[in-house]
Amino acid sequence: MKARKSIIKPLMLLLALPLASTAADTHGDSTQGKAHFNYWCAPCHAAGPGHPGTQSLTVKYRGSVPAELEQRKDLTAALLTSAVRQGILSMPPFRKTEVSDAQLADLIAYLTTR
Amino acid sequence: MALPPGVSEADFAAALTDFRAAVGDEWVFTSDEDIALYRDAYSPYWGEGEERLASAAVAPATVEQVQAVVRAANARRVPLYPISTGRNLAYGGSAPVYSGSVVLDLKRMNRVIEVNERSAYALVEPGVSYFDLYNYITEHNLDVWIDPPDPGWGSVIGNALDGGGGWTAAPFRDHFLVHCGMEVVLGDGDIVRTGMGAAPHAQTWQQNRWGYGPWVDGLFRQSNMGVVTKMGFWLMPRPEAFLSATVQVFNDRDIIPLFDILNLLENQHVINGSTGVFPGFGPNAAAWNLQLPIYGPANVITAQMDYAQAKFETIDGCRFIRNELIRTPLSAEDRARVRLVNFGIPDLSTFGMLGRTEQSPNPAGGHIGFSPIIPRTGEGLLEYRDFFRDNAAEVSGGENLGIIGPVFMTNWERSLVALIMFPISKDATANGKIRAAFRKWVTLAAERGWHEYRAPAVFQNDVAESYSFNDHALQRMREKIKDAIDPNGIISAGRYGVWPKHLRDA
Repeated sequence: MKARKSIIKPLMLLLALPLASTAADTHGDSTQGKAHFNYWCAPCHAAGPGHPGTQSLTVKYRGSVPAELEQRKDLTAALLTSAVRQGILSMPPFRKTEVSDAQLADLIAYLTTR
Repeated sequence: MALPPGVSEADFAAALTDFRAAVGDEWVFTSDEDIALYRDAYSPYWGEGEERLASAAVAPATVEQVQAVVRAANARRVPLYPISTGRNLAYGGSAPVYSGSVVLDLKRMNRVIEVNERSAYALVEPGVSYFDLYNYITEHNLDVWIDPPDPGWGSVIGNALDGGGGWTAAPFRDHFLVHCGMEVVLGDGDIVRTGMGAAPHAQTWQQNRWGYGPWVDGLFRQSNMGVVTKMGFWLMPRPEAFLSATVQVFNDRDIIPLFDILNLLENQHVINGSTGVFPGFGPNAAAWNLQLPIYGPANVITAQMDYAQAKFETIDGCRFIRNELIRTPLSAEDRARVRLVNFGIPDLSTFGMLGRTEQSPNPAGGHIGFSPIIPRTGEGLLEYRDFFRDNAAEVSGGENLGIIGPVFMTNWERSLVALIMFPISKDATANGKIRAAFRKWVTLAAERGWHEYRAPAVFQNDVAESYSFNDHALQRMREKIKDAIDPNGIISAGRYGVWPKHLRDA
């Protein structure tokens, strides 16, 4: 068991780099990105109560940055790619049959150019 | 990329070539990065040798592509694991039960084929989520409701097949119960339609679930007998109004007459909403609180609530608090204050209990549930509550493992589910303690006749083992059926404890 753990965890850490460069290298469409955000992200990350992602980030950042992703000015392609492809806490990773690399690039374009 | 167990490198390569021919190169995933996306984010074995991992994934877009993939896999005995939206979190997510399986990812099959308002049914593909079906109904201005479970991103088909339930009115809360007709691809690639779907010219596939002859739909519930590619569901015509009340009783054993009356009212169809039973806390609190919702025409449900109130007020000291009637469609004001899933509107708000809160700023992230079925009586509830209280410390090894329970789920009309929740993190030591506790609960509860209705993938063998009447006769029968209709055992090996012959022998 220990051997398996030692292989997988470094692997997962390394994944962020090639994926991040893939997303950053792709030019996305921010208008499409808004549509993808509404479909895939807003159920958790929209403003107001009933949105677990916003609730969680409110506690995490305590006002130092906005809890709503669409209000953030500091999001990067690497951070967004890592969140979508590796998940965070209760947020699972999203497969490419859900959010394709092209759609992820659109999302990045939308959330990093606001 | 790992090889599926027992499959040669050459055979696996040939199968992948056939998969690519069937669905296109873009939709066969073999890189480590892509395969990692199929890991179960809430795996109790995360990062350990027992974690269930895929060898590859293939994502068809049509039933013909599903048939081609299944035939190619069957020819080379490559194990497949179908998923729908892959969001069966806490029950295995998008990871296979049998490590090394190729995940058959049906998310791209996301067509709402029909929603019939006049006959109140829908026919959908596996990749259709509750959000998708709700959006379709809203965009087409149809006057029917869906019955959402907690996770709105879940598959309508997948949730029903796994035994899931929702939050509106009976009978629609039991998602498998209200399905009507399936299309299934079998292990040899043959395609079957059940019920009236077997009659080529019938226009009643979603209107009569039985058809003619032995009914086989149950074989595909919590199962590995085939790949369900279409499924029909009965929908609820939008109710005119919603009326709820809270019933409070002040002695612990008042839960006994409380449940007797509740059962009577539900079995008479006077109460049709998703009720809730909660203990009170504090010196002046009620011993038990019962939430009591009814859906229907405003004047009718007002009379039904009058009838229910009179029944409950026969309990000494009962307090009956009636809430304001809510009409549908919801006003913006009402929409902002109600629990949306009770009004047929899917969301993800329940995941808030897993994220950071002021009370839990560093949460584990994931969870699993131990969900035994217990008798739907006050005596049954009290016995289970005391059983949990009396065993909790010992089962947890004297530690606080963050286990929460019991929560008594009244979704099903004729039984109770007594839920115990376990946190799942990415920490192997903590997860090991949770696994040990979970298995102890399975054993202890089974000794009292309490067995789970549904289980996380890694515990499905444990629970199946507990259904042991007559030397596991039911399990042996299922294995005979599995061997007959999937003789190479390629579909979902091990799902819900049913293993194909070659893996049983191994």
